[in-house]
Formats: sequence, C-alpha cells, structure tokens
Amino acid sequence: GSWEKRILKSLNSMCTELGIPLARKRPVSEQKELLNKWNEMGTDEPDLSLFRPVYAPKDFLEVLMNLRNPNYENGEQPSFRNHLGLIQVPLKVKDIPELKEDFSELGLNIGQLGIDDSAQVPPEFFENEHVRVGQKVLAEQDSAAAQQYVRQGCPTALRADLWALILNISNQPEDILYYEQLKTNVIQHDLLVDSLIYKDVKLTASNDDYYFVFEDYLYQVLLCFSRDTSVLEHFTYSSATPPKSYIRGKLGMEEYAVFYPPNGVIPFHGFSMYVAPLCFLYHEPSKLYQIFREMYVRFFFRLHSISSHPSGIVSLCLLFETLLQTHLPQLFYHLREIGAQPLRISFKWMVRAFSGYLATDQLLLLWDRILGYNSLEILAVLAAAVFAFRAVNLMEVTSLAAAEAVLADLSTLKVMPLLQIFLFATVT
Amino acid sequence: FGIMAGKVKWVTDIEKSVLINNFEKRGWIQVAENEDWNFYWMSVQTIRNVFSVETGYRLSDDQIVNHFPNHYELTRKDLMVKNIKRYRKELEKEGSPLAEKDENGKYIYLDFVPVTFMLPADYNLFVEEFRKNPSSTWIMKPCGKAQGKGIFLINKLSQIKKWSRDSKTSSFVSQSSKEAYVISLYINNPLLIGGKKFDLRLYVLVSTYRPLRCYMYKLGFCRFCTVKYTPSTSELDNMFVHLTNVAIQKHGDDYNHIHGGKWTVSNLRLYLESTRGKEVTNKLFDEIHWIIVQSLKAVAPVMNNDKHCFECYGYDIIIDDKLKPWLIEVNASPSLTSSTANDRILKYNLINDTLNIAVPNGEIPDCKWNKSPPKEVLGNYEVLYDEEMAQSDGPDRDLRGRSGQSTGVKGNRARDSGKPVLTTWK
Repeated sequence: GSWEKRILKSLNSMCTELGIPLARKRPVSEQKELLNKWNEMGTDEPDLSLFRPVYAPKDFLEVLMNLRNPNYENGEQPSFRNHLGLIQVPLKVKDIPELKEDFSELGLNIGQLGIDDSAQVPPEFFENEHVRVGQKVLAEQDSAAAQQYVRQGCPTALRADLWALILNISNQPEDILYYEQLKTNVIQHDLLVDSLIYKDVKLTASNDDYYFVFEDYLYQVLLCFSRDTSVLEHFTYSSATPPKSYIRGKLGMEEYAVFYPPNGVIPFHGFSMYVAPLCFLYHEPSKLYQIFREMYVRFFFRLHSISSHPSGIVSLCLLFETLLQTHLPQLFYHLREIGAQPLRISFKWMVRAFSGYLATDQLLLLWDRILGYNSLEILAVLAAAVFAFRAVNLMEVTSLAAAEAVLADLSTLKVMPLLQIFLFATVT
Repeated sequence: FGIMAGKVKWVTDIEKSVLINNFEKRGWIQVAENEDWNFYWMSVQTIRNVFSVETGYRLSDDQIVNHFPNHYELTRKDLMVKNIKRYRKELEKEGSPLAEKDENGKYIYLDFVPVTFMLPADYNLFVEEFRKNPSSTWIMKPCGKAQGKGIFLINKLSQIKKWSRDSKTSSFVSQSSKEAYVISLYINNPLLIGGKKFDLRLYVLVSTYRPLRCYMYKLGFCRFCTVKYTPSTSELDNMFVHLTNVAIQKHGDDYNHIHGGKWTVSNLRLYLESTRGKEVTNKLFDEIHWIIVQSLKAVAPVMNNDKHCFECYGYDIIIDDKLKPWLIEVNASPSLTSSTANDRILKYNLINDTLNIAVPNGEIPDCKWNKSPPKEVLGNYEVLYDEEMAQSDGPDRDLRGRSGQSTGVKGNRARDSGKPVLTTWK
C-alpha cells in the first residue's frame, strides 16, 4: 500500500516539477504528425533528459527487504529463524523434492528442447517426434494439451502458435478493432507516462544487441498498453491497487477520480523488456499487443507488486534465498560475509524474468516453461542454478563488485542443462 | 638465427590491431617488406604491384599472401556480373540442368544477381530494359570504389544522361576503369525486420580455386539501416535509408555504438524460424550457400589459382520479402575496423580462424601443401564446398544435385555446430 503511494507521489511530483500535465489532449496538427510517424516513433528525439524512471528494481528490493508480517510469531516457524537472506517475511516456499515433483517433465530421463535438440544429438532421438506431437496439438487447437506440451520446450517454428493457443489469443476482428481504438486514443491524448515509456525503451531495448531492431514495435505496444482499461481487471486478483489521480481541483472527491495511467500500471526502469522478446515471435502489432497484455496480466504483474502469491516476487526471492542457503550453504555464507547478499544480484534477473540477461533463444525456452507450468517459480530455481554454476569463481571473490562481475554476463548460459542439473543431479 | 629461425616472419601494410594482435600472439616476427618474409597481409593496392607484369615478383615456396592476383574478377562489380553471365551461358550451352529457365526466360537456379548493365558500354541495352518497367528504381555504383562511396539511386533516364552522351559521342567504348559504373535493378522490396532494411555480411575463405575449396564463417551479421525504410520516391536521396554500409550508417544521427546496428545471423535465423517457419528458413540459408558457391565456380576458370594465395571475402547479400537472397557484391578487403566491442571480438576471431586454416600450425608455410586442414582447426568456419570431396562421391553428383540431393560436401557440410546434414539444394 505505502509502496504504491510512494510511486504515485513520485509521479505526481515529477509532473509538478516539469510543469507537464499527467494527461492532455493533442492539438489536431500534432495528432496528424504522430499518425504519420506511427511506425517509426523510434526516430523521434524528444528531450527526455528531465525525465527519470519512477523507480528501478533496486528501489523495489529495498522495499521488499523491509517487509514485515505483523502477524508473524517467531515461534511458529523455527526454520525461518535461521534464514539469513534479505527477505524477512516467512512465506511458505517449496523445497527441492517438491520442486522435482512439480517440474517432473524436466527430469533427466525426459527429452527436452534446449538439451536434446543440440547438434550432437540425432533428431530421430527426440526432436522429430516432439515436433510431430506439437503439430498435432496445434491442429487440434487443444489449449490444455499445448500447456502440457510446452513443458518440454517449443520448436521454434511452432512457438508463436503454441503460446497463442495457451494464452487464448486468436486475433479476431474485434481484437484488432480494440487495438486500433487504443491506437486512436494514443493519437488523441498525450500522457506523462508516455515520456517514461520512451525513456525506458531508449535506455534499455534500444541498446540491446537482440532487441534494438524492434524499438518501434515497443512504442506501438506500450503506448497502447498504458491506455488499456481492460488491464484494470487484473487488479481484482492482484493484491495491488491501481494508482488514482484526481481531476484538477477535485482532490479526494471519488467522483472525480480516474485511474492513472488508465491501465493502472506505472512503468519502471526495464519494463519494456517484458515486450521485447515477444517481437521475435509476432510481427503483427495487434497480435503482439494481445500476447503481451495476456502475459502481463497472467504473469509479469506478479514480478513488480507485493503479494503472498507463490509466483509473486516476494515468494520468488524467498525461494531463491532458501534454495541457495539450503543447498549451497558455503557459498551463501561466503557471499554474505563479503557484503554480497546473493539476492542483491539475482533480484534484477527475476524482476525482468531474465529478459535482457539471457540470449533470446534461451530466454524463450525459459518462458516456454513459465507458460507450461503456469508459474514463475522457475525463475527463482534458475537464479539459484546460475549461482551454483558459477560457485567456484564466486567462492574466490572478496567484494560485492567482484561478485557482480562474475555474474555480469549470462549471455552464454544454456538454461535447460542448468535447471536440470540443479534440480535432478545435485546431491541434496 | 637461433630462436628466431623457424618463426614466421610477417609484413602488413594494414595497420589494424585485429591483425597485428593475431600475428603477435603466434609469436611471429614482424619484418619489413624488403626483407625475407613468409606471410604478407596486403591491401589490394599492394597485391596489384606484387603480381603486376612489370615487377616480375617471384614468390618462393615459403611465402603466402592474402589475395589472389586477379581477385577483381570476383570483387569488381562489373567483372563479377560478366563472369556470372558467362558461366550461365556456358552451362546453358552444355545443356546442364543448372541452367534451366522458367517460362519467362529467367534462370531458375542461377538468377541471383539483380539485372545489371555496365555504363557507358551497355547504355542502350539498359534503356531497353528500363523502358519495360519505367517505374522501377535503379542503383548506380562506381566500379572501382568501396564503402558505399559514389552510389546513388535513379528512377528517371534523365538522371544518367551523362553516360548516354558519352557513349554516343565517344569513339572509344572503354573508359578509364575509374569512371565506369554498373547500374543494377534496385531491390525495392527488401525483407524488413522491425520495419528496417538490412543486408547480410558473410565471410568466405577460399584456399584454392581449382579444385575449389571454400569455407564459410558461421558468425556473419546483418547490418540494419538506422532510418526506417520507405520505398517512397522522396526518400531516394536519403542514403541512410537505402545503404546499409556501416561506413555510411555511422554518420547517421541514430547510430548506436553498443550494437552498431548489427545483428548476428543466428538472431536472423531465430526470427525467421519463429515467424516464417523452419522449411522456408532452411531453404533461404541453403540458397545463400548455393549462390556463394556458384559465384566462386563462375570465376574459378579465370582465376589465377596461384598456390601462394588464399583470400577472405566479404559477401554482401540482400534478402527480399519473398525470402529470395540476392548477391550484391563481393569485397576483397572486408573492413577490419571495429565499430563496437562485439565487432572487435568477431573480427579478431575471424582473422584467428583464417590464419589457422591458411598457415597450418602457425609454422613457416610450404605452399606446396595440399591445403586440406584437419577439421579441428576450422574454428568458426565450416566447409562450404570442397570440390575434391564432392568429386570423389561420383562424377555425376553435380548434375544430379538439382534434383534434390547434395552437391555439396555430404557429411562435411555442417550447419550450426557439427551436425552432418544433407543439403537439399532443391
């Protein structure tokens, strides 16, 4: 609650400082200009120097670190008393035996894309049959079967359709129309958050080796997204509340309250990276939009809001810390000793669902499993697996900066072997 | 003498760190041009002098250079086109199935260079072609320049009046090679990604032309134009929209020094497989390999296959929106300048892998060796075509190739990292 107030306050003060209204109607000439430039907003160079992201992941981490559960009785969970991580809320998280059961399809005896489709493995072994099954699932348009299927990974050529099937996106004429209406909304009204979106894209995706190509698509998706009031529906199952703003002069009067931005989501630094990987799969703007929106209201919102949900960021952080402390205690203690609490490094990976940190093909294999298991817990498991993988080097560092350096470049990592080894081949 | 004996002595007239660092890390010794050298990485100007008739330079068995004497048969735009046209006619005369044409008279398998004419020599032929499609755009390129210099687009005959006047009034058909231009049909329907136009830069190493043995570097890249592509006529003058040369893009406002507007070929493959499917993507890459090999076969008969030579070419290819690849040009001296950190690493590794193949074991070369390096030293290169291997599979393999079997190196031809794949070249 107070975190949300803080964000809104920050937004409002930026608004006052810069003398820019939260929203304004564009003059007709400006509308025409924007419509002409719709497909190349990336070439626009508005002065964004005075804007700053409302918050960055590390600000959010500080908030999470200070969370306390007032109902918590010290005696109830003795195991938690030994928890030496940054998260101090005793949520229930799974242990490795439970994770092995939940993620049983990742087991050593089961074929996986990301492992069993490598060049050394003849395709008759697993890949060919897996592709055949995938084609059948698509032909039958069986959403539940698709969700089960993608646990073993999607063939690249089938992924776009499989994800759409799981997310129930069919891009009907009414969906396209809805997107066009959002676009019209963007053309007609300028929102302060638009500048935040521009700034975020310019700072993150535009500099990314994989995603810079899609810069213009990101604006087309995110500007529409912030005006999409249907996104407000997800707040019914989220513990968060959408920020509200009041028409000038009517502060506190509920009849004059509007959600701001209209979709209730204030973007933070790195937000555009939720969209960027999807551009490799969908090149039609309205379909890209719908896929992203559905991914957001099913999964991504949990990564930047506070809740006790098992896929919420607080639980993921706790899961990560617990896995590390339980299974790599030496490493955990060592890093803690040198002032490099592991969560300080892995937090940003999990908040972004690893987007921008992994190579795209690996990221998509990871997101296959998020969809397949309908859970974000795999992000915490992967984070722990990465630390396990680089444990030898990490044991030798003596500062937070050095630890960051060891873990700075994840672009060469192969996600599935790491997960498989951590879950199924590590001595517990 | 002593420790120095047995170490490769190198010279270069190209002061690039990616080269020099590679020589030094092998413990090679830098010498001057007039001293005894084993390895000379030379610019194209120098190779012209070394092999020119006047100088009568003789290379000894322990000397290697990085260019073929008449590489320009491939790397000059007008000669490349001339050689490909000649090659196609020859195949047609032999009745080869490779030279098959469709109902419109277009080569089915060998139509990979945009329609091109030499100016001023073929001016009248060009006009005839232009009038068939008066709304088409053509690109004018000076034969002897690189890095996008002197290139411009035209869509009206009046824009190239100069070349018509010359061909009418001049009694000599040949001009000095500096003023010769080629004019090619502009690919105005390039494949766009993220709405942006791009071209492909691929590196191909040729160790011998007869028999043809060539390698393709797996880590090629796409060069994106920083400004949105638009075929509208008002943008014809904006070279940032149309030319993907980094030398030109670098001066645009939107040039980014982190990624340099470059994408790896593996990103391209992932994107195309994800959005278009695996079969058409495989077909595209197979076609790209095909046109590279065909271009080399086209010049092989006229190339001076000097045993002291190897060459690393930079191939520029554009893909159109029907996923057909077009060969735009071949560079004899691909840029060794690095525009980003990633770039520097790529070019360093490129030279490293090239040297490992061209100078086996990093030892003093003997140019009489069979030029067959073991698989382990290829690094990021993969065998693109090995004529000797292909022939040992049976002399009629080449012709059968077009009906769906591999003409390339069966088993040697690895895509990605070592998986032997039968290339189904149509």
